[in-house]
Amino acid sequence: MTLATAQALTLARRAVLRTARQPALVIFPLIFPMLLLAVNTGGLRAETRLPHFPTNSFLAFALAVPFVQGALLATVNANVEFARDIQTGFLDRLALTPVRSLVLLVGQLGGLITIAVVQAVFYLGVGLAFGVRLKSGVAGGVLLLVLEALIALAFAGLGSWAALRTGSTEAVQSLFPVFFVFLFISSMNIPRNLIETTWFRWAATVNPVSYLIEAVRSLVITGWDGEALGLGFAVAAGLSALGFTLAAHALFHRLERS
Amino acid sequence: MKERLDVARAVAWRILYKMYSSPAIFLPTILFPLFFFTAFAGGLSRVRHVPGFDFRSGYTAFQFVFVLLQSAAFSGVFTGFGIARDFESGFMRRLLLAAPRRSGIILGYAAATTIRWLVTIAVVTVVALIARMQIGGNGIDLFGLYALGFLLNIAGTLWATGVAMRLRTQQSAPVMQMPVFILLFFAPVYVPLDLLQGWIHGVASVNPLTELLEAGRGFISGEPTRILAAFAISVGLGAGFALWAVRGLRKAEAAG
Repeated sequence: MTLATAQALTLARRAVLRTARQPALVIFPLIFPMLLLAVNTGGLRAETRLPHFPTNSFLAFALAVPFVQGALLATVNANVEFARDIQTGFLDRLALTPVRSLVLLVGQLGGLITIAVVQAVFYLGVGLAFGVRLKSGVAGGVLLLVLEALIALAFAGLGSWAALRTGSTEAVQSLFPVFFVFLFISSMNIPRNLIETTWFRWAATVNPVSYLIEAVRSLVITGWDGEALGLGFAVAAGLSALGFTLAAHALFHRLERS
Repeated sequence: MKERLDVARAVAWRILYKMYSSPAIFLPTILFPLFFFTAFAGGLSRVRHVPGFDFRSGYTAFQFVFVLLQSAAFSGVFTGFGIARDFESGFMRRLLLAAPRRSGIILGYAAATTIRWLVTIAVVTVVALIARMQIGGNGIDLFGLYALGFLLNIAGTLWATGVAMRLRTQQSAPVMQMPVFILLFFAPVYVPLDLLQGWIHGVASVNPLTELLEAGRGFISGEPTRILAAFAISVGLGAGFALWAVRGLRKAEAAG
């Protein structure tokens, strides 16, 4: 194992442990998406009676949402802690050690991805326990976790960028409503082709979160849908690249200043 | 009584001044209900085609009632966050020392919350009318709808005030928020009660907020229903939580 890998793993472990030691940061991202899933599944089950609705199980249809929402919650929470590291001067002290700045960022993001994937396994377990069966099979389940890691990287990168740019926990917390707006103005509750209001359908179509949800959803209710998966992975990879680049840039600037 | 009202006026003025002079605090209170309204009424309007969905005034009006009640309840919850923040900053302790009649503090917070909610719901109403929301009810029906919202707003404020006075930390936010969230969303949010199936139907049937939603939707469509039950529940919640808030205040006093 190279020194850089060991350093990145140590920092990733720290990010995971720090989250695990705060019950509110563990329980809330596990319970809240499940609560919303229960509410929406119960309340919108009648939607499956609409012509052309893609499945007769609203639970299977809605199961994609917690994966995206959970990645969002986990990364916002963990990046609040990252911003706290900046506020308390921990990052500045770390900059005095031989750890390379890029390794520092990889370690931080690696920790966030680990948390998000653990959550995803929990959501998948809940779905399976309540009778959802993945149309794409076991291999689809594995691909779903890979996609979840990429989605988490996207949100984590953007969250880390905000943390590094502002160094403020409040600023990172304020990202949550922004991400939430993107989640709600998407195809989370109804397929895009069934959205009746034109402006909303247009907004959901240009909203990248719709494609993330639809990719996860395709593995659950459709099977192997190349188009949905291609678009989902492309959006997740694009946002990850953007988030990572912005975060790396912000980190170099911050360390330059200190 | 005059002393109590003086305290209430001062507390309410401080909250409103702080809020309306700071867009970062003011805007989310307006934007969140608007956002829920557009997301639900705009995104899910196809739900009105579900067999058995027979709400006369359309899906926009159907969701407007939910957003009205939700914004009323959550305005109260946000006030609880403010009280907790005031405890953490030390302001509340100074206020408790300075106020000749401390129950005026609760009155002041409640008055400010109501004014804030009225501003919010006025904006949401204008947006709903621009979105061509159909209103079947007359003036009296609409008064009944907003009166229900007002009572829920008071109940929400008193609930969150009671929690904030007891726990006195911003970490109590989920304790204030989650029960309200659960009560609101375990009611018939997206479709009428008759169209709910399974466990959610059972839960919604015994959820007191279902009565308020059904009555509110009856008012807006001009087919009043369950009025007595809805107002009795609202007044009961308000009275119960008033006791809860006052006893919370006593605990805060005792804690020094």
